[in-house]
Amino acid sequence: MCVTCGCGIGQTLIGGYALRQQRKPGEPMRFRLHEKDALVSDVSASRIVKLEQDLLAKNNVYADTNRRYLSAHGIFALNLVSSPGSGKTTLLVKTIAALNGTPPLAVIEGDQQTENDAARIRAAGAPAIQINTGKGCHLDARMVGQAVQQLNLQDDSLLLIENVGNLVCPASFDLGEAHKVVILSVTEGEDKPLKYPDMFRAADMMLLNKCDLLPHLTFDADLAVEYAHRINPKLQVIHISATSGDGMPEWLAWIREGCRNAAAAKASLG
Amino acid sequence: MCFGGKTAMHEMSLAENVLQIIEDAAQQQGFARVRTVWLEIGQLACVEQESLRFGFDVVTRGSIAEQARLEIIETAGQGRCEKCAQNFPLAALYEACPECGSYDVKVTGGDGMRIKELEVE
Repeated sequence: MCVTCGCGIGQTLIGGYALRQQRKPGEPMRFRLHEKDALVSDVSASRIVKLEQDLLAKNNVYADTNRRYLSAHGIFALNLVSSPGSGKTTLLVKTIAALNGTPPLAVIEGDQQTENDAARIRAAGAPAIQINTGKGCHLDARMVGQAVQQLNLQDDSLLLIENVGNLVCPASFDLGEAHKVVILSVTEGEDKPLKYPDMFRAADMMLLNKCDLLPHLTFDADLAVEYAHRINPKLQVIHISATSGDGMPEWLAWIREGCRNAAAAKASLG
Repeated sequence: MCFGGKTAMHEMSLAENVLQIIEDAAQQQGFARVRTVWLEIGQLACVEQESLRFGFDVVTRGSIAEQARLEIIETAGQGRCEKCAQNFPLAALYEACPECGSYDVKVTGGDGMRIKELEVE
């Protein structure tokens, strides 16, 4: 943190605590200039410094660390992404109830503000930690890594990460999850996969949610799936309704299979 | 991505990453000011250049990169059809193969974001 004004720390809160800084022990403070005098540059020769670094390299290092930790503990992690209002939290609550403790699970909730969603998850009977990103529009791997430490996850369990409601930014940030699951509700437009292609390309599973409402809408479910497959031909799709329970058995079976595979992979690591 | 106005965007995080890389390089390579930053941004990288410029201006305020010139080199999107193995320029992720019409297209270029080099003093 800058000693002059305290800048350098965002407004991210994890379970109510501030996100720790990236500075490693012994590393010097990030130096920021605050005196205008210092901005008057000397007349000195310039030189070129080659960097060739990926802008997401740092996030990807944290994501790799998370992925190694999760696989060493047999934890199957899903990153749930969607627009706001697609029914993610309701779907999570129903999923928690239906799984009924097998496998054990925990939830990381990402929102810009409020603890509301973590409270809903806890009321449903699962441990949850809320990450408030402040002005941030997505979770990143460092936030998730710290949340994972605070959650004390069980081996061979399920970790559900509900990302900030946003179909754009979370696509670029790997959290170390096994799969991104994109949730599209039938009250949205069929062409959302075309309008926000990055997310549908990054996901392995699409849940077409609120399908119980289809009789009342003009939404063309086949067209939505066709558009999604144009972006990502390998995308798996489940038609689901958290309210009526349609599609839930298929979704739960997919989760259980992922958990079994994660546990088996851990066992084979010895 | 810009939601209109001053609300959240991931370009701000990317700009913070750029500054972090610059500050790390400054410690390793011993420079005190940055005059120019060259970024290479893929056409398919999901980055709004104007938002990135705005974010860069904001996060570099008071840093060694304050008032540095930001040069963005856009790299063209490239795709390869998984059906007919045709390589072609891909302007958007929803485009089909111009040869056979298949949507089974693999992105082979233009989806990255790199900081290439700096002019420093």
